[in-house]
Amino acid sequence: MTISTAPLIHATGLAIMRGERVLFRGVGLTLSPSDAIVLRGANGAGKTTLLRMLAGLTRPEAGELARAAPHHWIGHKEGIKPQETPRSHLALWAQAWGSTADIPEILEKMALTRAADVPGRYLSAGQRRRTAFGRLLLEHRPIWLLDEPYTALDAGGRAMLDGFISSHLVANGALITSMHDAAGFPVTHEVTL
Amino acid sequence: MSAAPILAAFRQAFAEAWAGGAGALLPLGFLGGAAVLVPLGIGSDTQTLKAVGPGIIWVSLALSSLVTLERIFQADVEDGTLDLWLQTGAPMAALAAAKTLAHWLAAGLPLALASPLLALMFQAQASVELLIHLGLYTLGGLAFFFWGGVGAALSATVRRGGLLISIIALPLYVPTAIFGAIAMTGGIGSDGAPLLLAASTLFACAVAPYAMAAALRLAAD
Amino acid sequence: MWSYFANPHKFLSLSAWLAPLFYGAGTLCILWGLWQGLWIVPKDEYQGGDIMRVMFIHVPAAWLSMASYSALAVASFVWFIWRHELADIAAKAIAPLGAVWTALCLATGSIWGKPTWGTWWQWDDARMMSVLFLLFLFLGYMALRASMDSRQKAARAGAILAMVGAINVPLIKFSVDLFTSLHQPASVITADGPKMAAVYLTPLLVSGLGHALLFGGLVMTHMRTEIRQRRIARLTASALEG
Repeated sequence: MTISTAPLIHATGLAIMRGERVLFRGVGLTLSPSDAIVLRGANGAGKTTLLRMLAGLTRPEAGELARAAPHHWIGHKEGIKPQETPRSHLALWAQAWGSTADIPEILEKMALTRAADVPGRYLSAGQRRRTAFGRLLLEHRPIWLLDEPYTALDAGGRAMLDGFISSHLVANGALITSMHDAAGFPVTHEVTL
Repeated sequence: MSAAPILAAFRQAFAEAWAGGAGALLPLGFLGGAAVLVPLGIGSDTQTLKAVGPGIIWVSLALSSLVTLERIFQADVEDGTLDLWLQTGAPMAALAAAKTLAHWLAAGLPLALASPLLALMFQAQASVELLIHLGLYTLGGLAFFFWGGVGAALSATVRRGGLLISIIALPLYVPTAIFGAIAMTGGIGSDGAPLLLAASTLFACAVAPYAMAAALRLAAD
Repeated sequence: MWSYFANPHKFLSLSAWLAPLFYGAGTLCILWGLWQGLWIVPKDEYQGGDIMRVMFIHVPAAWLSMASYSALAVASFVWFIWRHELADIAAKAIAPLGAVWTALCLATGSIWGKPTWGTWWQWDDARMMSVLFLLFLFLGYMALRASMDSRQKAARAGAILAMVGAINVPLIKFSVDLFTSLHQPASVITADGPKMAAVYLTPLLVSGLGHALLFGGLVMTHMRTEIRQRRIARLTASALEG
């Protein structure tokens, strides 16, 4: 098997407006396998918007964007319904994506075994984050787009996430993430907005 | 394209409908309230009640669809689920249709099924006609939910969008309400009215999902 | 052709003289139509006597209400396909004016209906109902635009709703037509040519033209204001960013 080094994401000249305000313009980046790009910038600089653009959720006002592989998206909002438990949430998305992953095993890796059957409305913020990150393990996808992934995670949670990201990068995966803190995994380059 | 994401969306929406708004109980409560309040309000004259009964049930069906739909897409925007559904690669129109169908099954269909009982309370004769009416309410309710879904998707990012949904959906409910009423009152043109009702419901099911999909992409943007 | 008119600068210079022209010509037409209608034409006892003179406002308003929704739908469609900002500006300008003419049609219809049919409002009259739902479509469109938090979102949401409304208008009209109509059958445009006497028809058509010109002029003024408002917003935003 040959390992392709063709870029997974290639973007040039991206621009976005909010009302009449230009949030950013002329933003470009290239994501290759094993790359980890960290987006930096003050609150309101447009990090979330750029990530949403790369995920195909927000339409750029100008610029070119090409994505060559499937991606995982974890935003600020975890996408967990009040009645969903971590177990049923992961089962639902396994069904939607046609994944046959072992859900109890993922719950164990996420240290969610005890909370596995607690409905979303009773989960703590950290438990909700861990459930959302569980989706990363449901299916292998080369691109991970994570918006401020450390939010609400305790030290153990961060270490766990860093571990997942590092092994994803080693396995030729790639990552674009926004964060304010220092990253606990090897960063290829930083983009400041 | 596989049907798996569409089935999953249906399953999630159905579970949410039952968990969130007490499912079928809320619209049934609506209908029950109307059934009790109308005779108190307009008097218990048998002929009057008989005349207004079908209309009250249509109105309750329309109102209950509006009440139910207010949250269906708004909740998805707030908890981030919409972002995930938009990224499944499945056609958003199909996902929106599946979600709307799930909410109709949870809130619209039970109401139609309960209609013969309410018709009896409004002094209707117990006859096979009530079952035909049940069929008409089923069809009409489906159209209400699909057009209401367009209003719900357009106002998904609007706080207190309920009023907006009503004003958007009201003109779209007109054909269904009229064909349904003509079919039941048995006046001129009532022979073809059930077919017209069915046709307008099919039209709603065919057109509304695309409008919902466009509106939901906007809501996530 | 679209691209030529889609340029806001060309629109501004064109409308600078076209809008006043429309105002002037429109006002003259309306005044002449009203003078003819109120003082010159004989009253028609079958249509309620002198009250039938309200026709010279009512019928043009009815034409305008339908024409303005069509214009709104066309502008929305053009915006949705080609994303010409001017089409969105036009749609935004048409909606409140269309609502005003639609409300005028309903109000004059009620005033005409009370002495003629003995009722202000007739629920099973097809045209009254259609026009009422047209008013709801306009109001819904305006409410939706107003509740969006940016002009881009307002444009997209508005276009979706206007197009959904437009494809439903024939269905709404057809369903409402199934109710018996109190109105007389169509008398201006029929297969055999106009059935109405020329003494009524000419002032009516001139009045209709006047309303259309006035409407057009107001839409242009509205659009000019909106273009400048957006320009101000753009300048303010870039000034704030330094």
